[in-house]
Amino acid sequence: MQDRVKEQDRLDPAEAHRDDALSVESLSHAFGKRRVLHAVSLRVPPGRFCALLGLNGAGKTTLFSLITRLYNSRSGRIAVFGHDVRREPAQALRRLGVVFQNRTLDLELSISQNLAYHAALHGLAVGESQARAAAELSRARLEGRAGEKVRNLSGGQMRRVEIARALLHRPRLLLLDEPTVGLDIAARADILARVRALAREEGLGVLWATHLIDEIEDGDDVVVLHQGRVLQAGPVQEVIAAAGAPNLGAAFAKLTGLAGGTEARDAGDR
Amino acid sequence: MPAIAETAPAIRPLGLGAHLRCLRGIMWREALRFLHQRGRFVSALVRPLVWLFIFAAGFRSVLGVSIIPPYETYVLYEVYIAPGLMAMIQLFAGMQSSLAMVYDREMGNMRILLMSPFPRWYLLTSKLLAGVAVSVLQVYAFLLIAWFWEVEPPLYGYLAVLPALILSGMMLGALGLLLSSLIRQLENFAGVMNFVIFPMFFASSALYPLWRVQESSVLLYDICRLNPFTYAVELIRFAFYGQLNGPALGVVAGCAALFLGLSVLAYDPGRGLLARRGGAE
Repeated sequence: MQDRVKEQDRLDPAEAHRDDALSVESLSHAFGKRRVLHAVSLRVPPGRFCALLGLNGAGKTTLFSLITRLYNSRSGRIAVFGHDVRREPAQALRRLGVVFQNRTLDLELSISQNLAYHAALHGLAVGESQARAAAELSRARLEGRAGEKVRNLSGGQMRRVEIARALLHRPRLLLLDEPTVGLDIAARADILARVRALAREEGLGVLWATHLIDEIEDGDDVVVLHQGRVLQAGPVQEVIAAAGAPNLGAAFAKLTGLAGGTEARDAGDR
Repeated sequence: MPAIAETAPAIRPLGLGAHLRCLRGIMWREALRFLHQRGRFVSALVRPLVWLFIFAAGFRSVLGVSIIPPYETYVLYEVYIAPGLMAMIQLFAGMQSSLAMVYDREMGNMRILLMSPFPRWYLLTSKLLAGVAVSVLQVYAFLLIAWFWEVEPPLYGYLAVLPALILSGMMLGALGLLLSSLIRQLENFAGVMNFVIFPMFFASSALYPLWRVQESSVLLYDICRLNPFTYAVELIRFAFYGQLNGPALGVVAGCAALFLGLSVLAYDPGRGLLARRGGAE
């Protein structure tokens, strides 16, 4: 089994030098007359943790829907490792793992059944799928619970299962849409650490949508999205310097022109 | 930047085997969900049996069914309505699938399906086939019980009816898929019951032969003839007795293709309704 997986990983070495994990160029979208994204551009290199910072309604979820090709954008381009999401959806989607904001596990099925379903949707053979599921559940510290119904898990455990599921088909880009919403502090920290390790140790590109500034660290990249527009993007320190602010919270407030009362601004004096 | 970042993904193309595994996975999930919802199975079985045991028994003496193809002699009313009840099981199964799709969309589960790397038409067709498989099993469970109620076609009829069931199941399931793309919220599903299931069932040849309907109302007769469900019933009725109803086959196959095509269009990421309304959020 492992040999087969290794062989698969050797098949197309040309891709090893392909572009960014995610590249979004001049992306715009509207629902009817309501424009929700305005010429959004951003990039996530492999191995980088990139935070997409914005308040509720900033356009984060729409951006995720477009990247995952739930629907196509009106204009602009999205590429995953150089594969255009519209022109080569299969190539792009196979390199993409996603954890959506809303829970997308089937509560009536067990953990292993949820993972097996996802594996089938990516065309994985049963044996391969079982081996990968066991490995991912072990990494998520959920070994021995594969047969348990998802309904019986805590919120943090469900998120861990969703991350395990997102990694099952071995994506190289991981999108997470506010994955810590509704979790307690310990579960938040655990998931954040887990995802950072994936970027640092396994070279995954990570796009982490959040409205919580304390989830962002100095070494991260950050994209400030507000009312469908990217106001600033780059390494955290560059964004802070460009805004002429003492910390990211102040930079966010200055860039968005908002004052007081939102989590994105209150969250820190970072 | 970690060295491992240089090893960008290398992926085999999705071949026939992968496509079949995807289909199997979707069918397996549908079967699991069906098994977990025992109430769904029981109600799917009880509904037609109530019609057979109570409604048909009551109308047996009131409604005489003269000799009409495919029957070679006078038949009991129970025998006459059995194909209509088989189609009814499939109609409800199709709408149940539609309800499940809307539910999945509201719960977010549908995102997992739609962001699979397989083409969307393939995913929707797989989903459709999974629903058809479940509905065919329900029909055979019904037929097993109905056999004790004097619904006894020739033995080969049980086999001959299978292709008809698959085709009619695809038509009704595809209609369900199409409706699921139009229904925005779960609450609106009650409207489907009122405006789709009941009119389709009652304005058809499921309960009465069309010549009887024509005797009482020409308008209703015309409506019945425009109703694709009528043709599904007749396709099943003829196949149940080892005969082929050509016009019914044509209408059912044509409607199945039309409904599936429209569903694929409705779920298309570029042109579909989801794209315009921002569904599956």
